[in-house]
Amino acid sequence: MVLELYLDLLSQPCRAIYIFAKKNGIPFQMHTVELREGEHLSDAFAQVNPMKKVPAMKDDDFTLSESVAILLYLTHKYKVPDHWYPRELQARARVDEYLAWQHTALRRSCLRALWQKMMIPVFLGEQVPSETLTATLAELDVNLQVLEDKFLQDKAFLIGPRISLADLVAVTEVMHPVGGGCPVFEGRPKLAAWYHRVEAAVGKDLFREAHEVILKAKDSPPADLISKQKLMPRVLAMIQ
Amino acid sequence: MGLELYLDLMSQPCRAVYIFAKKNDIPFQLRTIDLLKGQHYTDDFAQVNPLRKVPALKDGDFILAESVAILLYLSRKYKVPDHWYPQDLQARARVDEYLSWQHTALRSCCTRAMWQKMMFPKYLEQPVPPEILASTLAELDRCLQMLEDKFLRNQAFLTGSHISVADLVAITELMHPVSAGCKIFESRPKLAAWRQRVEAAVGENLFQEAHAVVLKVKDMPPLMDPTLKEKLKLSVQSLLH
Repeated sequence: MVLELYLDLLSQPCRAIYIFAKKNGIPFQMHTVELREGEHLSDAFAQVNPMKKVPAMKDDDFTLSESVAILLYLTHKYKVPDHWYPRELQARARVDEYLAWQHTALRRSCLRALWQKMMIPVFLGEQVPSETLTATLAELDVNLQVLEDKFLQDKAFLIGPRISLADLVAVTEVMHPVGGGCPVFEGRPKLAAWYHRVEAAVGKDLFREAHEVILKAKDSPPADLISKQKLMPRVLAMIQ
Repeated sequence: MGLELYLDLMSQPCRAVYIFAKKNDIPFQLRTIDLLKGQHYTDDFAQVNPLRKVPALKDGDFILAESVAILLYLSRKYKVPDHWYPQDLQARARVDEYLSWQHTALRSCCTRAMWQKMMFPKYLEQPVPPEILASTLAELDRCLQMLEDKFLRNQAFLTGSHISVADLVAITELMHPVSAGCKIFESRPKLAAWRQRVEAAVGENLFQEAHAVVLKVKDMPPLMDPTLKEKLKLSVQSLLH
């Protein structure tokens, strides 16, 4: 049985896994779990991931959730080129440091920015108080600054001269507010230059393929009432 | 200069790093950063960690933040017994899965539960709306259920039959609401049994040593210094949800 990946490219961590698997020629069966249709809340999907979240991976009987865990599993199992997760102790620690930091920092503000600026109004038809959105965008700004000042600094990629898992996780995050119409690269030439390097290292076609869904998300038809009722509590919990 | 660990045992991730280093006889110099005194805001400490957070590690010129990264660095550098972070692909994936999940799940509700139940009302003399505390404790309850149902299940430890860094990270989190008087083990015999096993595996003395600071917090008088109080209040407002 080939590796199965349960993904919705609307989701940032799913994009990171998609790009990683494709770039490294890892054969997999893609199962799209439509978040906007609430497919992740189905009983069928709960069999795969009782946490009802994407991404999820199934390797024969072995089921795994959490994108960082999945990326590391794929890294070890498929013996990908060293630069993705270097063997060298300190370089590897730098990747781990980024992967740990991002959960409650960049990921959090990118998710909130997308939903509060665009998805909640456009897809769920609700208004978000402007003070809330302002605070979120300010927080996003702070996190982008940390990304530049603490992680990127004057390096080509986040942990050194070559692309690693950290860059994939970061760039897919940053594309979230971009999909929501936030001009994250404006006034940030260093970040923009890094973005172009990551895109080139991944391959423009693959990068575009992985981001098609998020870049079209602003054209999502509004959710029907039933979907909205189903999705709203989880969305609110997600962006808390 | 050997390995330096910048820790405050008030902090859950610092406790996990402390226990891990001590248990594995990793020689280090402890640099205590007193969070309640705002020592993480000093310029000196910003040189160590510009993110102004503990734990932080300094190994010669190499500085590292983030407890998960620090635990993994120490595991590899000091070649600790395999069970802490197994080489086996699937066993390791289970540890990675826990270490990833906990950031936005257990850690978040344990921190807020402790602060909302104890630190805000008693130490900062700032009352917390009862509905906020109730909501946080309900969320904690759901996290504990997930901890039992998804991770622990019928295993001795969170990711299998041996203690790993996942158990250290989890137990030190749970001691946070315990220190605030939350009776989280009383109604959960499976979790209580796991706690006993983790304590035994770590060693009771070391476990108590690591938790002495946080278990005494409930006896601290309210913070008097008005400047420090305002500064601290401002920095923890985000924990009030």
